[in-house]
Amino acid sequence: MNRETRFWTAMFLGGCLLLAFQSLGTERGVGQQFVVRVDATTGKIIPAAKEASDVSAAVKTVIYEPAAKGDPEAIWSFSRTAGIWIAALLTLCIFSYLYRDNVFYKLAESIIVGVSAGYWIVTNFWEVLVAKVLVKLAPDVARYAFLPDTPTNVKADYLYLVPVVLGCMVFCRLIPKIAWMGRWPLAFVVGTTAGLKLTSFLDADFVRQIRSTVLPLVVFSADASGGSALDWKQSIQNIVIVISVLSCVTYFYFSVEHKGLVGRISRVGIWVLMISFGASFALTVMGRITLLTMRLQFLFDEWLGLVRI
Amino acid sequence: MTSPLLNKLNGLDRRWIFLGMALAVLSPILLQIGSDETPSPPTIKLFDQIERLPEGSRILMAMDFDPTSAAELYPMALGFTRHCCLRHHKLYFVTIWPTGKPMIESTIKAVVQADFGSGDRQYVYGVDYMNLGYLAGDAVAISQMSSDIRKARPQDARGTSLDELSIMSGVPSVKEMDLIVNVSAGFPGGKEWVQYAATPQKIPIAIGCTGVQSTQLFPYYPDQLLGLVTGIRGAIEYETMLAAKYPNPYANRNKRPAFLRGGAQRWAHRLMIGLIVLGNGIHLANRYRRTPRR
Repeated sequence: MNRETRFWTAMFLGGCLLLAFQSLGTERGVGQQFVVRVDATTGKIIPAAKEASDVSAAVKTVIYEPAAKGDPEAIWSFSRTAGIWIAALLTLCIFSYLYRDNVFYKLAESIIVGVSAGYWIVTNFWEVLVAKVLVKLAPDVARYAFLPDTPTNVKADYLYLVPVVLGCMVFCRLIPKIAWMGRWPLAFVVGTTAGLKLTSFLDADFVRQIRSTVLPLVVFSADASGGSALDWKQSIQNIVIVISVLSCVTYFYFSVEHKGLVGRISRVGIWVLMISFGASFALTVMGRITLLTMRLQFLFDEWLGLVRI
Repeated sequence: MTSPLLNKLNGLDRRWIFLGMALAVLSPILLQIGSDETPSPPTIKLFDQIERLPEGSRILMAMDFDPTSAAELYPMALGFTRHCCLRHHKLYFVTIWPTGKPMIESTIKAVVQADFGSGDRQYVYGVDYMNLGYLAGDAVAISQMSSDIRKARPQDARGTSLDELSIMSGVPSVKEMDLIVNVSAGFPGGKEWVQYAATPQKIPIAIGCTGVQSTQLFPYYPDQLLGLVTGIRGAIEYETMLAAKYPNPYANRNKRPAFLRGGAQRWAHRLMIGLIVLGNGIHLANRYRRTPRR
């Protein structure tokens, strides 16, 4: 057994001992979750002593609310405890990549990809195929088969057949003989998206952004005596904005060779861009540290119970 | 010239840096060290706007984020919702992210139902707040909501017809909103709400976004954006103002998730600055060592 194996074996055994101590020797335990059963109709808590079969016979809808371990009506929740343990172990699997690539990391990564794909399929089935297509084309079928609360006054709108047909045409690409038909819906999407983007972009990003950059370079503001005084802070801010915008635009202006004055201005533009990239990078780091903080809070609070946040 | 320390630092295993970062983040968590921040003007503007709006104003809460960005944005969502509930505004929750649905449900449970679900001024579903749920179609969904909400979605997230909810009477489109508060993690999100709803319909909008997104959104402030709350720092700023204005109970640590993440943030940043200085120092020392002496 080499030094590295000995070290990691010792770390693993230490972790197991900590878990065993936390599980058996502390009040909170490790990842133990308790709930109280609440009658959704009356809002009353169902006593813990009542059997599950009796509850399901007497109460139409039961809601499970989180509860403290010492609560007299609290019952241990297998599903929530398992959820906490799975989340904690998957977090550790992902963290293990910091040491080196390994099978646990790959397993966790595959689970994330699979769960995400499944979630998107289910959500889009209900929100697009059922809510946007079936309800519009056949509201009675939707009410009977999927959504009982679909309003009775909803009438079928056969205009929605157009997107349905276009959507089906996308699959024509799978059959070589009629693959050309698959280009039509794509052309429709490209055309409508371009049109929609163009109008909104022109207004919100082009005209309004130019207007926001036309700023007074010397700003006067009212002082305490009622007169006007030079507002240094706002003036400097406006000058920086105007210089930054003009130099960046010059950097992306390729019709003139970047020499002499144009070259010097475009050099300032590069500096402005670099500062902006640096700010973006620093803010990304801030976000990633927050993510690490959240996972560690979860591990040490909800799972190990070492702190109470 | 050789230096054993420099040789050691040149060959330092990156895993020591990971360990250092883990300790820098973990220590404030275990010691419960938080951090307050001085509010910045874009955050103050949003806070003041929610304060200024008359009681019962309509606010669209667009929660376009997912669990991967919840570390930064969930504390923000809690802060905005708490503030709106304290002012007793009418809240309309919606998301254009499929993964935003559980984020809305969690926010409603943690704030609207837990803190404002009982008492004299309790929030009642369908009267004081409602959940439109997920709207498929990205920017097109925003555009459709701007012209006709019922066409975009005739039912709420519970399957109830919008016509049966009293909160929806007199609200044919997003134009009727007094303010849009968007919590955005990327595309589609803040930029699309500005482009397709706020700017063309002239609806006041404020955005709470991830740190990485803020450089894209700052050009809209202050002309097209009423306020901009950025990253965990922005969330801490908002919580600081909320705690100052409503100390009972929002000055309590357990009601301030962003504050508790601020301590770890501060120590991690100190370590990063130290590592950047150290890295540059090593680089300069190596260059000095390689330069031949005359």
